[in-house]
Amino acid sequence: MIKKTAAALLILAGAFYSPALSQTSAGAPEQAVRLGYLELANDPRYASDAAYAGIVLRAMGRPFAGAEVGVEEANTIGRFIHISFEMAKASAPSADGLAEAARDLNGRGAQFILTDLPGDALADLSRAAAALPVTFFNVSAPDNDLRGARCAANVFHTAPSDAMKSDALAQFLATRRWRDVLVLKGPSARDGEEAQSFKQSAQKFGLRIVDERSFSLSRNPAMREENNVALLTQGANYDVVFVADDSNDYARYVPYRTVLPRPVVGDAGLQAEAWSWLWDRNGAPQLQHRFEKAAFPRRMNGAAWAAWAAVKAVAQAALRTRSADYATLKSFLSSEELDLDTDKGRPGSFRSWDRQLRQPILLATDSAVIATAPLPQFLHRTNVLDTLGADEPESQCRLR
Amino acid sequence: MHRLGLSCALALLLLAPASAFASGTGYVFVSNEQSNDIAVLDPKSDYAVVARIATGRRPRDMHFTKDRQRLLVACGDDDEIDVIDVAALKVIDRIKTGSSPEIFLLSPDERTLFVSDEEDSSVEAIDVEDKKIEREIQTGPEPEGLALGGGILYATSEMADVVHVIDPAAGRVTTSIVVGSRPRRLLLRPEAHELWVSDEMSGDIALIDTKADRLLRMVTFDPPGFRRIDVTPVGLALSHDRKLAFITLGRANHVAFVDPETKAVLAYVLVGSRAWGVAVSHDDKTLFVTNGLSDDLTIIDIASRKAIKSVAVGRTPHSVVVDD
Repeated sequence: MIKKTAAALLILAGAFYSPALSQTSAGAPEQAVRLGYLELANDPRYASDAAYAGIVLRAMGRPFAGAEVGVEEANTIGRFIHISFEMAKASAPSADGLAEAARDLNGRGAQFILTDLPGDALADLSRAAAALPVTFFNVSAPDNDLRGARCAANVFHTAPSDAMKSDALAQFLATRRWRDVLVLKGPSARDGEEAQSFKQSAQKFGLRIVDERSFSLSRNPAMREENNVALLTQGANYDVVFVADDSNDYARYVPYRTVLPRPVVGDAGLQAEAWSWLWDRNGAPQLQHRFEKAAFPRRMNGAAWAAWAAVKAVAQAALRTRSADYATLKSFLSSEELDLDTDKGRPGSFRSWDRQLRQPILLATDSAVIATAPLPQFLHRTNVLDTLGADEPESQCRLR
Repeated sequence: MHRLGLSCALALLLLAPASAFASGTGYVFVSNEQSNDIAVLDPKSDYAVVARIATGRRPRDMHFTKDRQRLLVACGDDDEIDVIDVAALKVIDRIKTGSSPEIFLLSPDERTLFVSDEEDSSVEAIDVEDKKIEREIQTGPEPEGLALGGGILYATSEMADVVHVIDPAAGRVTTSIVVGSRPRRLLLRPEAHELWVSDEMSGDIALIDTKADRLLRMVTFDPPGFRRIDVTPVGLALSHDRKLAFITLGRANHVAFVDPETKAVLAYVLVGSRAWGVAVSHDDKTLFVTNGLSDDLTIIDIASRKAIKSVAVGRTPHSVVVDD
């Protein structure tokens, strides 16, 4: 039954998408780079978008429009080197279906496939597709272990890891000297991973966790110690509250309800993100406007940025090597020669040990980008971007 | 006949009658992207800001007409180029452009404006007389730097990492040269058949042979206390005797003094935060650098290679020009 649905969705996936080909002026493109895009049908991560009573808690949205903007840009660049870029999209509701969809995309010529998948689904897919001549770009799974114990040679990550984001927050708190942190944690596995990642970052940058407390989403008076923010945040002395709540349905009520007047970071208040639509430097406004044209009324978020960055990385590889050959492009992407313009300042490249894209992280509220990490106070022996996330000596991944 | 009539209109617009107060005021003009004005500094009063010219929103690149009676400024958020009467220090006219003009050039005969519209992926040619967009030349995304020499127009595309070689009469790109990443500004050295390109993201200057339209090599920078990754070159200027080049290094907070012949870096002078705009006084004695993230202008004595003063000018200073 599930298989049948997968097949139906694959048929719907349709033809390769290449918006800018018709605009080609200076001679016909001689070579093509074919990209694939794979997502999980009914991905639970997007189920909360519409949330309760139609009130949108967080407009995550699927990142596909970011990839589309990337392909359009890639084609305007490709004109000058006579290489065109095309992208085909597919989705499936299960692990088996995803592997089948990846094989199908590859059969139609796609060798670089963007994946918008939860961490477990991506890990399964990369194992099932290990023998295929395919490289995946993870655009939305932040799981640290996908860059650590579960890393795979066929997966590049343009989405930042939990560790990169929590390191960015920890650097910020350390520079503000808000060193004592109260950690609030929700019930989901993702909440646990985020809290764990933050605790490691706290240790790395010299913060102190004064306590870690679990909250629950209820109004049950018998559980008020867990569901009432004031009660949950009393009886401790802290400079700042870190809240790990992937659902965001608790976190959004934490600012202003803490018993002490303290700032909130994590999944509410100041948040560490790959992208914020409020970022206005480094060419960001032009990217925002291209995205808004393609995806109105949505604004670009972290995963959409990561999808854009993945296409851009492939296009850069083609531009710099003047080639559409898979092995040539993959070898360039794996090298440290890539100077990817992330529209966030310092140039990005993929870490040789775990294939994670080095990138600045934006620390933003709902109304402004407050800081970008790495903060200038943190230095590194080779590249300051490696102060964010697992650096080579401590990485559990050895792909180099 | 019709043509003559329009020329008279042009005369009114750009070529105002000579005024005792206009050219050679010695004033330094700095466009402030976020204050929507141009700060006017007087070197005779120790570079005090003596006036502020209110402009359209987000003023950026600026150029004088040859007679120095008019100053033109591209206003990115109002899609226009404002025309300023230098004697009156006032905007007296506006020329509509495409979306988000950043850098522009005035043709040698002052009949045509070439404008890069960073949101439109095009460079447009605007007839100054009738203010009409005559031609739109398709470029890569986010076109920026422009240079005009020997009847050829050059334009960078920040996103496509190329310099376009453009036939301005035909209105089309004849060839595109791949350079470093995020190419920003251009500087022509016709005496050496060279085009210099500042690559902000790869942190170098690409040297192009304009006879062969070919990339020659890259010039790199190592300012004290900064790594290559911090070096984000943008602004380029030559001394009027063409014997010294100045390159602002963006986030590396320095300006490099470079020998244009050998390309050797002679000095790095520390300036403010995110140095972009650069201009040289007519006597080649003083250098001006705008610092976008410290909202000030650094004034440098070229002979001693020392910063002598910093002046607060406004929010996010972009470009600087000198009327001397």
